[in-house]
Amino acid sequence: MMENAWIIPLFPLLSFLLLLVVGKRLKEASAYVGMAATFLSFLVAVAVLVARFNQPTFEATHVWFTIGKMDITAGFAVTPLNALMLVVVSLVSFLVHMYSKGYMHGDERFPVFYAYLGLFTFAMLGLVLSANLLQTYIFWELVGLGSFLLIGFYFYKEEAKAAAKKAFIMTRIGDVGLLIGMILLFWQTKSFQYDDIFAAVNAGKLSNTLVTLSAILIFVGAVGKSGQFPLHTWLPDAMEGPTPVSALIHAATMVAAGVYLVASLFPLYEASETAMLTVAVVGGFTAIFAASIGLVQTDIKRVLAYSTVSQLGYMMLALGAGGYVAGIFHLTTHAFFKALLFLAAGSVIHAVHTQDIEKMGGLWRKMPLTAPLFLIGTLAISGVPLLSGFFSKDEILVAVWTHGHPVLFWLAVIAAFFTAFYMFRLFFLVFSGETRGEAHDVHESPAVMTVPMVVLGVLAVVAGYVNTPWFGTFLGDFLTGESGAHEEAPAWIMVVATAVSLAGIFLAWLMYSKKSLARDWLSSRAPITYNVLLNKYYIDEFYMITVGYATKVFSLFLQYVDRFIVEGLASLIASFTKAIGTIGSRLQNGQVQMYGAVTFIGLTILVVILAFTGGYL
Amino acid sequence: MSTVPLSAYLVLALMLFCIGLYGALTKRNTVIVLICIELMLNAVNINLVAFSKYGVNPSITGQIFSLFTITVAAAEAAVGLAILMAFYRNRKTVNIDEIDSMKH
Repeated sequence: MMENAWIIPLFPLLSFLLLLVVGKRLKEASAYVGMAATFLSFLVAVAVLVARFNQPTFEATHVWFTIGKMDITAGFAVTPLNALMLVVVSLVSFLVHMYSKGYMHGDERFPVFYAYLGLFTFAMLGLVLSANLLQTYIFWELVGLGSFLLIGFYFYKEEAKAAAKKAFIMTRIGDVGLLIGMILLFWQTKSFQYDDIFAAVNAGKLSNTLVTLSAILIFVGAVGKSGQFPLHTWLPDAMEGPTPVSALIHAATMVAAGVYLVASLFPLYEASETAMLTVAVVGGFTAIFAASIGLVQTDIKRVLAYSTVSQLGYMMLALGAGGYVAGIFHLTTHAFFKALLFLAAGSVIHAVHTQDIEKMGGLWRKMPLTAPLFLIGTLAISGVPLLSGFFSKDEILVAVWTHGHPVLFWLAVIAAFFTAFYMFRLFFLVFSGETRGEAHDVHESPAVMTVPMVVLGVLAVVAGYVNTPWFGTFLGDFLTGESGAHEEAPAWIMVVATAVSLAGIFLAWLMYSKKSLARDWLSSRAPITYNVLLNKYYIDEFYMITVGYATKVFSLFLQYVDRFIVEGLASLIASFTKAIGTIGSRLQNGQVQMYGAVTFIGLTILVVILAFTGGYL
Repeated sequence: MSTVPLSAYLVLALMLFCIGLYGALTKRNTVIVLICIELMLNAVNINLVAFSKYGVNPSITGQIFSLFTITVAAAEAAVGLAILMAFYRNRKTVNIDEIDSMKH
């Protein structure tokens, strides 16, 4: 089965091409094409995953092109990591395809939306299958393109346009780092192939500095894609896209790409302590940074966006701390519960036509399916015991603690507290209490939207049981290829993790449901802190006045260079030519006497020249 | 015999040529222009004849060549005048300033 894995990304590509050609004629039936394609991908992906359980890694490469004596290969590999990712990506993508049929119903550019979804899914699946860096980079950029198209899907809205551009540019900044890192590795190891790179690194062929440098540069790419600080600003803005796209971007594709890249290059990072520490610190900082912003946002999707940034920070923290399994585990469980949360949020938005949580409330009874599903997602992300998020988060905390990063550990614990608090703040504001909005005929979404949510809801509950300290570390064994990979952890970590998440939930309940604590407790007591949080630490403004302003000044300078120096030179040449032309045309007046005079003058000049030079020149 | 030196013939020819050129380039009446061209041709004839007598290798060739020139000049005058007649019939003028349709 594994030798046929290459076929997985082709289904969405086919759907993309097909919808591009005949989408207009298919109209809303395009949804079935997209769903069928991703479902086939999902089936093959599952078959590949099952096949990978008891077979070694399969790798197929062939020479793509040759430069001098250097063969650049293309191919694919089925490692435990990407077999798992294939299933996650294709499953979430399939569910999003299905959900979009209801959510995007009635949109004029419905087939285009599905075409873009196909492209996006194709890019992500291709990225996951890639066996070498060059191919990864190509798909990496394609993922960026897909997200650009989808975020800017409502291109007639100024914000959407700006968000799409922002996402593209911010991730491009990271991509430069990735490209340089990639070239550095190629320069040193003469190969883009992951295996060759790891072999060279393990054999100590690369100097320590170089390994660190290339690892950090590649991490810059991941920072851009996965929305880590300081390149995170595009991610919350990406909420301008249709909600199913947010689910796709935030759960399975795009942002997962960064974490996946670091995970798939994990041996490279392991070779450099500095690189690992960088990843861990950036991840840990992002986790708490984004979580603190999430505390005060009032847009349902933005809260979820910041929680994504925060959770991605968690994954990076786990990888950086050496918790390879923990990072991947959280990536998987997060894919399910975050997709669930976004789809549920989309369902809410679909029903009340607003994204402002201040205008929601009291939806628990009106949306009998969405509300409990949202609750499941919220419980999972908050790390409430027995749900998937609990196990993966616990795994991360254990990894961070046992690898000796106490500061980062406590940061992560605080971030977990924040997460529980703001997620339940969101939940209580949206679903409990009285309706604060004007929307009247709020109704549950159609089945085509709720079924994917139910599937994700089930997964959000049970996905954690593939890797638990109690029932066996099945996922960890699979990923690392050895049994009993789980490290013995102090039991108190689990207690602490549970305690903080319950404390966060309790506080949110006091504030937003029972209302025994005033809601403006923070904003009245520390208005400055509140404002800083509300304005996302003024990062956007900071970029505007530093990078934005500097770029503007520089471009103004270049504009003047262009206008006066370049254009001046060009117009000088032009006017010189024009002057010659004017003189020439004045001579060409049809007067035979003028011609005679010119001829004679010309002759005279020739004779003079001849006289002075004495013959030929 | 004669004591007139070659240079005197050449200066005469030069003067005639210059007068002819000046006339050909400045006069407005086409008939005068044609006459001036004749003047220039005759200046050349004087040169040819003078060189055939006083040149480095005196020979009859120069005089024969001048006969050719006179013939060609006659033909040229005939053609030129004929064109001028035709032109006059069309435009009722022989003013050379107004002959500028070649511009277009």
